[in-house]
Amino acid sequence: MAIIERPATAGGVEIAPPATPSRAQGGFKRPVATTGWKSWLFTVDHKKLGIMYGVMAMFFFIVGGIEAVLIRLQLAAPEGKVLSASVYNQMFTMHATTMVFLFVMPMAAAFANYFIPLQIGARDVAFPRMNAFGFWCVLGGGIFINLSWFLGGAADGGWFMYAPNSGPIFSPSHGVDFWTLGLQITGIASLTGAINLIVTVLNMRAPGMSLMKMPVFTWLQLVVQFLLLFAVPVITVALFLLSFQRNFGATFFDVSAGADPLLWQHLFWIFGHPEVYILILPSFGIISEVLPVFSKKPLFGYPFVVFSGAAIGFVGWGVWAHHMFASGLGPVSVAVFSISTMAIAIPTGVKIVNWTLTLWGGKLRFTAAMHFAVGLIVLFTIGGLSGVTHSVAPSDTQQTDTYYIVAHFHYVLFGGAVFGLFSGFYYWWPKMFGKTLNEKLGKANFWLMVIGMNMTFGPMHILGLQGQPRRMYQWTEARAGEGFFNLAFWNQIASIGSLILVVGVLLFLINVVKTARSKELAPLDPWDSRTLEWMTSSPPKEHNFDVIPTVHHLDEFFHRKYQQDPVTHEYKQIATAEEILADQEAHADKHIHMPSPSYWPIVLAATLPIITTGVIYSIPVAIVGGIFLVLAMFGWALEPSTAPETDFDPPAAGESTKELAPLV
Amino acid sequence: MSDVAVHEADHGTHGHTTTTGLSNNKIAMWLFLGSECLLFGGLISTYMLYRGRVSEGPRPGNVFDIPFTSVSSFILLMSSLTMVLAVSAAQNRDDRGTTLWLTITALLGATFVGGQVYEFTAMYNEGLGFTTSLFGSSFYTLTGFHGVHVTVGIIMLMSVVGIIKRSTIPGDKAEVVELVGLYWHFVDVIWIIIFTLVYLIPA
Amino acid sequence: MTAATETHTEHDHSHDDHAQHGMSNAGYIRIALILAAMTALEVSTYYVDFGALFMPVLIILMVVKFFIVVSYFMHLKFDNKLFSFCFYAGLFLAVMVYVIALATFKFFAA
Repeated sequence: MAIIERPATAGGVEIAPPATPSRAQGGFKRPVATTGWKSWLFTVDHKKLGIMYGVMAMFFFIVGGIEAVLIRLQLAAPEGKVLSASVYNQMFTMHATTMVFLFVMPMAAAFANYFIPLQIGARDVAFPRMNAFGFWCVLGGGIFINLSWFLGGAADGGWFMYAPNSGPIFSPSHGVDFWTLGLQITGIASLTGAINLIVTVLNMRAPGMSLMKMPVFTWLQLVVQFLLLFAVPVITVALFLLSFQRNFGATFFDVSAGADPLLWQHLFWIFGHPEVYILILPSFGIISEVLPVFSKKPLFGYPFVVFSGAAIGFVGWGVWAHHMFASGLGPVSVAVFSISTMAIAIPTGVKIVNWTLTLWGGKLRFTAAMHFAVGLIVLFTIGGLSGVTHSVAPSDTQQTDTYYIVAHFHYVLFGGAVFGLFSGFYYWWPKMFGKTLNEKLGKANFWLMVIGMNMTFGPMHILGLQGQPRRMYQWTEARAGEGFFNLAFWNQIASIGSLILVVGVLLFLINVVKTARSKELAPLDPWDSRTLEWMTSSPPKEHNFDVIPTVHHLDEFFHRKYQQDPVTHEYKQIATAEEILADQEAHADKHIHMPSPSYWPIVLAATLPIITTGVIYSIPVAIVGGIFLVLAMFGWALEPSTAPETDFDPPAAGESTKELAPLV
Repeated sequence: MSDVAVHEADHGTHGHTTTTGLSNNKIAMWLFLGSECLLFGGLISTYMLYRGRVSEGPRPGNVFDIPFTSVSSFILLMSSLTMVLAVSAAQNRDDRGTTLWLTITALLGATFVGGQVYEFTAMYNEGLGFTTSLFGSSFYTLTGFHGVHVTVGIIMLMSVVGIIKRSTIPGDKAEVVELVGLYWHFVDVIWIIIFTLVYLIPA
Repeated sequence: MTAATETHTEHDHSHDDHAQHGMSNAGYIRIALILAAMTALEVSTYYVDFGALFMPVLIILMVVKFFIVVSYFMHLKFDNKLFSFCFYAGLFLAVMVYVIALATFKFFAA
């Protein structure tokens, strides 16, 4: 807590500080460190947590990437010997689990945490401690799932973990237990995060920022948080049922007891389809910020982008069974879900039209961020079109569980979600760290990723239509076929492509290191941006804004910099970002009240892996963990809302910006 | 995680006004309850699908004691009345009335949970274990989840009583009581559904 | 939402909020009596044969009781519409997806 609120003297009359509860209520005092590792461990600052989410997600991206490369190496040659059949099963399961739950979702959460409060002109989220708790849950859950590699083997049922195949008979190792229980922990994080961010967006907007003046990124993240809020409990039910079967002998998916295998499929995909939009909409939001900035035009049809985003969010609840066309649902169900799936292409198409028309007639600047954004439009559209072919049930029945499906969802998730996130890295890096990522390396990074991803996933369309099954562990020369449709040839191309992708991602990591070492600071407003997050210093101060801005326009920051000439209707610059910031600093709020750090989020989150470990190995351990959980909740609830004044070091000499009022 | 939502007091809103003029905590609680609809929906659907599937052991009609469950359902329903009276007392800043009604609510809730434990024991003795059949697994899971929710509610009620008695916690106590009340009523309406779908309508 | 306004005014403010959706205690008791009577009617289906009406009566009573508790005890009828949105969005989605899912099992045909 850098912002120390001191009793101010106004005209000789002392004003009492706001009442703080007695710290005797909590088990601990609140921590006050502002530097060093403690300031990260106990932080509740949304920006620090955003960076922590990002670092963690990037780590798991590398883990998932290594898993992907191992899969491609296995399939590069006939009768691959890189992995055994059993390890191969674990590899593709964990690759998908890691990428979906531990990379894309936390990375989207990183951007949401960092930029939603900044974009809506708030100083933090509504529940800062809950925010920190969410991060520690995802980290704990992610580590917990991956521990299974060292404890008898990871989950091996595929990322959708169809029961009864994932039951104790067909998957006897503890891998699936780690998987179900670990995902429960990350699910708690998603739920608390969703509640937190929804309340933040609804309740903490700067004065004047009506819903239809919110930046599109914030809007689409709001839709995502509602999807999480309602989708996570469904997977929670499914995971509980599976856990109860595996750990306590329940019969939910025991076909010999009369169970219906479709129950798991329904529950999983009722969650799983909204999940698809949870993965892609944040990236849609990012490029909806990037495209207008680098086109020097407002987003074309802002309300259409917003409402089509909400429409995708809603219709996304009515299409889940298209993942189950081959399961014998019956003709009526198949027809209904086929039609609803075709319908969801419409709001998605609306977005693509809007982005294209944003580019139309704009003064385009092809920065690295812009490259990735345009790349998303193209690659996502390819993936979207192959998606429409799945909505046609007869065609889908042919494609189910082939590499055609693998091709489709990598185009939408890698070409869509991941490209959007990379666009966000290049666009927001100067805001987060005060330094711009190297553009030249960035463009090389982009082109390698485009070439790599098309080489890897493009041939999979052919492989799939030729009948190569998804999750196939080996292929043989004898059955590879001949000529243009030779499986061997296209598998080799795909494997080479995956290595090019690796080089592309490595370039990004090199870029990060190079930028961190560089002494060159980014300008305050390097891209001539439009939204509020750029209306503060880079990186932002702990309290984000010296003055909470009053919002009059969509793209408020742009309208503070530029004014329309009433005669020529041209926009003329009236202020620079530096002038606007200087004006804010000159009129800084006198009392800024920031939440203190807290020990409890990490303590409370740490009890969850104890409980889940106990469920797998020894119930008494789980009970002990449960007791700690309850105690931690009481500690949390009774914690004083701020650290007492006396806990703070007096400010160093000359540190005047932090000392907002003189000591009495 | 409801404890988290309830007690995250004073952080975001401390000394601030909100955009909508509504309390952060209360929006959070309603969002949480909206989310819980999908949790219980999934459990109820699983039960509805599986209740007739009895490979061995007793069938639903053989183990349910409708008069007994009717009484305990009635008790839970009436605890909603005492809860709303507690909220009303809290809003009138009547600390004695609040603690009295909260305690009665907790006692009624505890009676309900006690009845559930008795019911489970009786059913187990009649041969319906958790692993006996799909009916057994899905019945115990659904009613067990509900029972855990009631138990958490009782802990929260007693915590609020403690908070009021200690009177060292700042902030809006009426709001804390109201939030716990929302949670409590939600658990009650879930039981209204379970009572009809599980107990009264035979498989 | 800038400077820390004084805690006292904040509290007074939120008490005004509560006052607007108050119902009298007598009103609450009346509602509880209605709920009790409906429960009694529900339980009576166990003892008295309602014939074809059995299922519709129970379902209707269940739904009515649900909405009475939510509207009056939980104040949704009197409170801000945003709360209703948060809750009913979840309820609506839950009913929608699970009824459709059960329908694909031909659950309602049996």
